[in-house]
Formats: sequence, C-alpha cells, structure tokens
Amino acid sequence: MTGDFFHSDCPLPLQQYSHVLMAHGGGGRLMHQLIEQLFLPAFGTNLDWQHDAARLELPHGRMVFTTDSYVVSPLFFPGGDIGSMAVYGTVNDLSMAGAKPLYLSLGFILEEGLPMKTLWQVVQSIQAAAARVGVHIVTGDTKVVERGKGDGLYINTSGVGIIDHPWHITPQAVKPGDAIILSGDIGRHGITIMAQREGLAFETSLESDLAPLTDSVQILLEAGIEIHCLRDLTRGGLATALHEIAIAAQVEIEIAENQIPICEAVQGACEILGLDPLYIANEGCFIAFVPEADAAAALQTLQDPSLIHPHPSARRIGMVKHQTMPKPFNFAEGVVKLNRTMGGTQILGTISGEQLPRIC
Amino acid sequence: MKYVDEYRNPAVVQHYVSAISQLNPHPWTMMEICGGQTHAILKYGLDALVPSNITLIHGPGCPVCVTPAEKIDQAISLAAQPHIILCSFGDMLRVPGSPDKGDLLSVKAMGADVRILYSPLDALKIAQANPDKEVVFFAVGFETTAPATAMTVYQASQQKLSNFSLLVSHVRVPPAMEVILSAPNCQVQGFLAAGHVCTVMGYLEYEAIAAQYQIPIIVTGFEPVDILRGLYHCIRQLEVGEATVENHYPRSVRKQGNTAAQSLLQKVFEIVPQTWRGIGEIPASGLGLKPEFAAFDVHSKGLLPPVAPVQVMPNDCISGLILQGIRKPPECAAFGTRCTPQHPLGAPMVSSEGACAAYYRYRAASAVAPL
Repeated sequence: MTGDFFHSDCPLPLQQYSHVLMAHGGGGRLMHQLIEQLFLPAFGTNLDWQHDAARLELPHGRMVFTTDSYVVSPLFFPGGDIGSMAVYGTVNDLSMAGAKPLYLSLGFILEEGLPMKTLWQVVQSIQAAAARVGVHIVTGDTKVVERGKGDGLYINTSGVGIIDHPWHITPQAVKPGDAIILSGDIGRHGITIMAQREGLAFETSLESDLAPLTDSVQILLEAGIEIHCLRDLTRGGLATALHEIAIAAQVEIEIAENQIPICEAVQGACEILGLDPLYIANEGCFIAFVPEADAAAALQTLQDPSLIHPHPSARRIGMVKHQTMPKPFNFAEGVVKLNRTMGGTQILGTISGEQLPRIC
Repeated sequence: MKYVDEYRNPAVVQHYVSAISQLNPHPWTMMEICGGQTHAILKYGLDALVPSNITLIHGPGCPVCVTPAEKIDQAISLAAQPHIILCSFGDMLRVPGSPDKGDLLSVKAMGADVRILYSPLDALKIAQANPDKEVVFFAVGFETTAPATAMTVYQASQQKLSNFSLLVSHVRVPPAMEVILSAPNCQVQGFLAAGHVCTVMGYLEYEAIAAQYQIPIIVTGFEPVDILRGLYHCIRQLEVGEATVENHYPRSVRKQGNTAAQSLLQKVFEIVPQTWRGIGEIPASGLGLKPEFAAFDVHSKGLLPPVAPVQVMPNDCISGLILQGIRKPPECAAFGTRCTPQHPLGAPMVSSEGACAAYYRYRAASAVAPL
C-alpha cells in the first residue's frame, strides 16, 4: 500500500506561503524557492534543474520511451494518490514493453490556491514511489493555472527504460496457442475511485490495486518465460485490453468467465451499479501472453509466496485460438469470446465512452 | 456471491432448460417487458438454450428509449440556462433529442451544469448547497423509479425548498401492454412481467389484462434462473390453454406490492396521457405532478422556453417497431452499419437497457464494428 510511504511527520519545508500562487510558476524568485525548498529535497541531485534538459547515461540495449498524464479525482484515495499513480502508471507502461524503467520526467500543472501541504504530500509520495521501483526523476516542469482552471493538480510523467533481453514483447508477437495469464483480481481501482465520488458514497473497505509491476515482469523474464505480449489493464479494463490485442494481432481470443478472479466487494458494487467488472480500470493488474508450454511455469513464478509482490490469485484465463482473416472495408478483425460459467458465449467488444450508471 | 450465484447456477439453469424441452412445446412467441431482462437473455444466451420454436421478443421496458425527444429537448434547453443545475440518471445523458439538438453530454461540454445522480434525493442536497441556483431533476423511468421521485418531491415540500423542480417523464407499464396486445399485427402470446415493477405495484393490475386478452402473464426476475423459470411457466400455461397471472419472483414480489410506495405515488402524482418515443401517445400511461405540487413543476415555474415540435425522424430507424416487439434489431437495415452505439439513429441503440444496444453488444459487435 503506497500510503505506507507517506511520512506525515516530515514537515513542510516551504513555510512562506501556505498556498500555491500564480508566481510559483512565473519563473522568478518564488518558483526557484519552490524548486529549491520542495522539489530538490525530495528528488535530490538527480533533478538537474539548472539545465533545460537532463543528460541520461543509458546502458546497452533497446530504449523504450512512454508518456502519460494523471488527472485523477480525488487526489488521495484508499490505496494511493495521484503522485504514486503518476510514477507507477508510467513505470508500468515501460514494464509492459518488457523494459527496465530508469528515468522519469515530472511535469506539474498546479491550480492557484492549491494548499502547499497537499503539494508536499504528493511530492513525498512521488519520491517514495520512485525510490521503491528504483527510477530517477531527472527533469521536471511546473506551471500554475488560475484558480478554477484546474482540478487541484495534474501530473504528466514521461519514462525512459531499457530492454536488456532479446525478446520482442508486443501484440504482434501473439501467436495462436498462446496461453493468457491474468496477474490478479480485477476492478478494485475503478470501483474504489467511483466509491469516493460525489453522489455515489457507498461504504466499502476496498483499496485501489495501484502497484508497480516492474518486479513481476522481471521475475517472469528471469524465470526464462518466453513472453510474447504484456498489457496492464488500465482504462477500459480486461475486456478492452484483450480486444485491442486481438485486433492488433489479428487473432481470436477465448477466455473463461469462471477463471477470472473478482473479489466480492467489486462484484457486489458492479451488481448494484449495473457495471461490468471486465471493463473496470485497474492500476496493478496485467495480462501476459506466453506459449502454452510456459503457462504453468509463469503461473508458478507469479504465485511464488516468497516474492516481494506475489500474485496469489494469478490465473490462466484463456488462450489465443487462431489467426483471423482480414475482412473487407477495414472492418474490425479480432474477436474476444467469453465462455460463460453458465454456458453460452459472449463476444466482448469495446464500450463507447465511460460506463454510465443505469436507471433501473 | 450470495443472492447472485444461486440464480446463475449452471445446474439449475440446465434443470429449467430440460423442463422446458420436456413440455415439448408448440411454437410460441413471448415478450419480456423489461430491457434488463432483454440484456440478461442476450448476455447469457438464454434464447439459444430454449427450443428453436420458442421466440422471445423484446418489449418497451427501457425508460431511456421511450422518453420522447421533446422531453430531452426540454431538458437540454433547461440545462443550457446558466442559473440551472440539471440532474438526471447517467443513462439519460447520451440520448439524442431531436436531430439538431444533440444530447445532454454535449451541452455539458459546452458549459452547462449537468450532474449524474444515483438517487433523486441527492438533488435536494445539491439544491440546499446552491441556494442561488435552480436545481431541476429530469425524472424518468417506470413505476420502479417513480416512488423515489415522489419521495423527493414530498421531502422538498416538507423542507419548503423553493429552488428545486422537476421535469417529469414517468411511464406506467400496463397501458403499454394493452397497446401491444390491441395492435392488429400483435404476435405476443405470453408476457414475462418485470419483477421490479411488480415489487412496487404488485400484480393485481395484470389480472384484468390476462383475463381480457386471454394471455398468460408471469411475474419474472432478472437472473438467468429467474428468466428460465418465468419462460417455463409461461410455456406451460400456453400448452394447457391457461391465461392467468403467476408470481415467479416471490423473493421480491407480493401480490399487493409495496403499499407504502404506492400511497406516496398517489399522494404526489396523477395519471396522465404520455407520449412514448417511437410509439406515440398512450392514454393513462404517464405520471404527472398533482396540482398541489405544481410549485415543483418546471412548467408551472415558467422555466421552459417554448421548444419547437420534434420533426418525424428523417432516418430509417425502426425503433417504434422494435419497442413494440414487431421487429428485432438485426432486421433493421441500419443496424450495426449506419446505426451503432457511437452513432445511434434511435434511443434503443443508446441506452444500456435498449434492445438494439443489447444485440450490438452481445451478438454482433465484432462483425459490424468499423475500425
């Protein structure tokens, strides 16, 4: 749980102003104060703020580069906050390409009037998350927008990582016969956030599954598993991830409903709200496509209780059936079939936009 | 999970599937009233589990689908006023009004204050927190959601709230059933009544319909086992020539219904004629605020600018025929090609309860979705 990393006894180093002012993004004295007194103590000398760009030392290998923006509301939620999410989210994207995350950039868009204490909490959370996964924050930027023109704070992080193995981990590497491994139970992040929002207060002990996936991918690689494709199950959830891979790889995928772990709290919330857990966002779950011959070893590796982050509920949820024929008129190829526990098959397509609550 | 798993139990499902085929049924056509039941049938593939001469057609029980375009235009014009906060259920936000009016999500994007509620009572909290704004609740739905609306109006009057009002589009099921049964091309030989509507209203009203039209009506729930149980008893009645009302959702439904909810409905609402999208006006099929609650009516409050009458839909949407069960979604020429959830021509493709959306989602998504 990322909350463990927040040291509430660590005093706010910037005393002069209790709230963010427009001048904190203005390039003058207040901005330098913010960098020197808030960011440098947290991120240390790796933040080369006196230059316009950071110079990176890269080991030998193929470089991976990604970017993501974080606009989550509320800023703090059970199981995490926007800061830890901005680190793990980008780090996980690098991991899904099979890369070791090395460096992050950190861009803040702050809303005028944001309590300095809130910013400090987020900065500490970023620092703790980065330390936990061993990435360095090497460059950053701060802008301040007028009050009412932002939602407290937004973060953008870009990440650089390195691939130090020979595999090409990509949807195009998915092959008929591949087994699909799911790392854990789904839906906890999306339902946790939904439960916090206005008008939807229901009591739940749920926490977001927000977690770094770096180690999980690393141990699979170290175990010699031939990974064809990895995908974290963020926006759109499991169903959308499978659908995108099926289209990219032009394959038909079949998964079994009774193999997909969903905790009771998530299942109950989905039943009440009329939502489909297969489409709910996660922040610490992924799927791996591996040859059937490696499936048992992959599961055993992920479930190993001696790991720092074991995945006790990892499951083999299905397989890639066969290649699909390209269709005329650019129609979607690739089909995801869900075999229902009760019998019968459902095709999992994409949903249009956000899942909205039903009337009755 | 308790209260869910036992009603999706494959062995019990198989029990009812076998029981239905052992009836060795004649060809029968039955209609499930509620869009929630339609979705369960398609989601779990229940139509494929029953003998092929049993036809299931899908009824008008989707509140979003039957809300007339005029009301959506009115909601949009209310939301566009800067001093109004418009609240409604999430499903209503994507439904298009008349062709050039867009939907509530679009006016929200243009700056309107549109909020999604789970409970209408939350609208009162918003009204209390925003005394300088008028809070309008766009009240839609069948007898299922109407009591919550009634409770909201009742509490607003108790609290003497002056900045809360309603745009009402509540509908009643029994008059719509009669319209379907009276149509010259009616194919329906049995009904699965909506269990949640009967939870509120009971099923005394349905006994008169069953007797008059000589049709079995089975009060049915929403899980796979519930629906197959409803189908079994409906087919059984048809085979032996009975036409009565049976309650096969007893864990929720009593014959008299929820009398506390009913008396609240009677206190606040009166029965009025109502236009159903794609079908037209049905006498006595709507609920309107009683004169003593006119202070909470957007019309009486003069909040509504005149809205131009809606033109007949210029496209080839057959939603009226779909909602009456005369056609099935794949029989529409536009289905899945010119009409998709991303570009809906009619409400049944928009709403998560709509029959077209159900077919698109569970049956044909990959076959027809353009990249």
